[in-house]
Amino acid sequence: MSKQIKAVALISGGLDSMLAAKTIQAQNIHVEGLNFFTGFCVEGHTQALRKTSNNKIKRNNALWVAQTLGIKLHIIDIIEEYKDTVLNPKHGYGKHLNPCLDCKIFMIKKAKQWLDESGFDFIITGEVIGQRPKSQRKNTMPVIANESGAFDRLLRPLCAKNLPETLPEKMGWVMRDKLYDFSGRSRQGQMALAKQLGITDYAQPAGGCCFLTDKHYSTKLKDLWQSRQCRDYTLDDILLLKVGRHIRPNERFKLIIGREEGENIYLMGYRHQFTHLKPSSHTGPLVLIDGEPTADDIQLAARVTARYCSQQQEDVVIEVTEPRGISRPLTVKPLPAEQVAKEWFV
Amino acid sequence: MTTHIKVDATRLLCPLPVIELQNTIQPLMPGDTIELIATDPGVQYDIPAWCQIHGHIVTQQCKQEGTFTFVIERGDLKANMAKSSS
Repeated sequence: MSKQIKAVALISGGLDSMLAAKTIQAQNIHVEGLNFFTGFCVEGHTQALRKTSNNKIKRNNALWVAQTLGIKLHIIDIIEEYKDTVLNPKHGYGKHLNPCLDCKIFMIKKAKQWLDESGFDFIITGEVIGQRPKSQRKNTMPVIANESGAFDRLLRPLCAKNLPETLPEKMGWVMRDKLYDFSGRSRQGQMALAKQLGITDYAQPAGGCCFLTDKHYSTKLKDLWQSRQCRDYTLDDILLLKVGRHIRPNERFKLIIGREEGENIYLMGYRHQFTHLKPSSHTGPLVLIDGEPTADDIQLAARVTARYCSQQQEDVVIEVTEPRGISRPLTVKPLPAEQVAKEWFV
Repeated sequence: MTTHIKVDATRLLCPLPVIELQNTIQPLMPGDTIELIATDPGVQYDIPAWCQIHGHIVTQQCKQEGTFTFVIERGDLKANMAKSSS
């Protein structure tokens, strides 16, 4: 009886990795999926906290893809290990704080480690030459394979015909003529293949799967580093950058203002870590204060909070609660719109 | 004798509750159970989906005031593999 050949697929939750896995499954290869959680993933349900997202199904798309393909998915927490990739990318950043090439190398390296430990034979990804300006170019494909240590055990089924033969092809585990030669940013070929394979429902993430490719998010992360004079972060730091409106009136403190009920509930979870403000006389947001505010700063923070209350013409009572639970009321006038400086918005 | 473990995944955003479940269930024996509590609405889909693809069984699932509780029984992976390959 011949040995069952096994491949591990990097599953992001998007169409390309789904097609890559399905293509290899079709060649009688046992496939299991890996999904890495960096903390910067768009894929989480951070956005689902907002009511405006209520019409969308709240699901992890990587899990959904695995379920649709009938494969196991292993979700790996790489938050701590991944920090060095974000903070010191050897190949530099993309347009914002996205270290895409280093990120891909790191993930393939982790997949290779998993492959060795689990007795699998090769790695597959949904990469397509020319699809991403930083990491998915013809000249970066060998860099990823070599620097990750995967070498010819890394197969990209969607563009394999544009690349040198890999070990699974040389060994006859997979047939090269049943792989593809997609290239470029157009998704037409992949969409046609999806249709051919009967895949009609798939996630279409706009702007990739990582918050580090987002201009506004990157600005907030830079602001965090600058305010702390230290290029480092915790998971809570990077999760909080995804939630609420961020306003920094001065270098001493920043306000994180819930925009909706879902965000207010989420921010409440941090009430033992931050001083927080909550209107008691009116309906309004929950606000966290990040930093070392003075008494005047707290007064200003309360007035900004009042500005986001239901009634902005009257005095508003704001409960100011310290992390240890001691609370006091502050009655303030909402800060007029013209006094909220544009540059305060991070 | 079976083991019953409680996992508090409240405040964690997905996929962290799934990762908590995945790491907790790994060393358990078939028939052992985990009670997982979470607050991210995404768990309503993700926990059953993860259990289904890994051959574990969600025996109870309920929602109360923004909290989601699941009881998961560890499946017999060897038996499931034998079943799927036969």
